[in-house]
Amino acid sequence: MSTEKPVSTEKLTPTPGQTVGPFFGYALPFEKGGELVPAGSPNSIKLHGTVFDGNGAPIPDALVEIWQADSNGNIPNETGSLVRDGYTFTGWGRTPVGNTGKYVFSTVNPGPTEPGKAPFFAVAVFARGLMNRLFTRVYLPEDTEALENDALLSSLEPARRKTLIAERLADGSLHWDIRLQGEDETVFLDFHAEG
Amino acid sequence: MGEPVKSSDAAADNQAIVSQEIRDIEEGYRAARAAGQPAEVQPRVDYPPYRSSILRHPTKSLHHADPETIELYSPAFGHQDVHALESNLTIQHGGEPLGERMVLRGKVLDGNGRPVAGQLVEIWQANSAGRYIHKRDQHPAPLDPHFTGVGRCITGPDGSYEFLTIKPGAYPWKNHLNAWRPAHIHFSLFGTEFTQRIVTQMYFPGDQLFPLDPIYQSIVDQDARERLVARYNHDLTSPEWALGYEWDIVLTGPKRTWTENEAYGEQGDDEH
Ligand SMILES: [Fe+2]
Repeated sequence: MSTEKPVSTEKLTPTPGQTVGPFFGYALPFEKGGELVPAGSPNSIKLHGTVFDGNGAPIPDALVEIWQADSNGNIPNETGSLVRDGYTFTGWGRTPVGNTGKYVFSTVNPGPTEPGKAPFFAVAVFARGLMNRLFTRVYLPEDTEALENDALLSSLEPARRKTLIAERLADGSLHWDIRLQGEDETVFLDFHAEG
Repeated sequence: MGEPVKSSDAAADNQAIVSQEIRDIEEGYRAARAAGQPAEVQPRVDYPPYRSSILRHPTKSLHHADPETIELYSPAFGHQDVHALESNLTIQHGGEPLGERMVLRGKVLDGNGRPVAGQLVEIWQANSAGRYIHKRDQHPAPLDPHFTGVGRCITGPDGSYEFLTIKPGAYPWKNHLNAWRPAHIHFSLFGTEFTQRIVTQMYFPGDQLFPLDPIYQSIVDQDARERLVARYNHDLTSPEWALGYEWDIVLTGPKRTWTENEAYGEQGDDEH
């Protein structure tokens, strides 16, 4: 194990993931974890939905994280997500689902990070029974031209593509369900060719 | 694979049945390796011996994506988020918790061996009797009023973390009849980009429950699963005080091209 290669070119093998298990509830969730901006504040929106299993049953012990640009498309670099001061936008949130599998975030619409780019939330999903975390994205539905030009979306068949696009409800909120398995299974992403 | 597996969480099958399934999958993996398939370094999400995984894993293969914009960065954490004392799980409730006191230390590295500095590490665990504070934990083992089993810290400039805690006990669960989890500590980690995010579990060397545990065995590659086992280090053990364990974590990636001036997670390349 002591080959003398310079550290910068050595590729280390990653540590495997494991399930978050059933007992994260008193450890990972934190106060206002889902409130990237205070609920009901001006320009705030709700991002909400349900996490489902392969039978279409809601999963009551999942955890959802989002990470996003601010409404101007800037990528935040502010600490303070775990102890929110009420006005700094950190761009990251975490919330456990409720007993009926529902999650809700209070946040802002992410802006395009470059002109013409389709804005999306990066998402990580964890659950008991889910052996490793899953990455996905949820896109805003409005800029249809940007959505059509998006590299990831255009690499997907239409039926699968729509699992990554939120629905804008009349109250301005974004509705997006996560299906871990089944017919309308959400597209989950592999960034590292982990297989 | 035997007959199709019924429901999750039924606790209907005994250890012999689950162990046989584990062995069958392992044999299949060995044969695939012998036939030239690459090593699997991550757990299988489709792993029927872990009953609750049956309806909770994607059946379509993960879609390869090149990370973009926000995915190439990580949320920032610091001392606004985490108090220094949160890394000491033995002083949180006005008295000494029961059990074997232990120091746990290691480094968070990326796939190039570069330290992941200034990032959040979260842990949670059962107490020394194998009981979680969680209200759904029905195991009739005692709670410890002086222990909640939750800790956090921010990694140092060299990627290092350190916790003072109590060695957790093994605990029963309902995957099958007489199912017991090997003692473990849950870890949640961030890298310098969101694609490196990981949640995992750390185990203790020589645990007799390893071959019986479908969660540990869901990593079908022996070398890979051993990456989750801490090393006992007597040099880290303090006389009259605490046993020492060491465990380093390697994150995948990063995918972002690095320049020297962002080595500590600062932003500042062409992604803006
Ligand atoms: Fe556990």
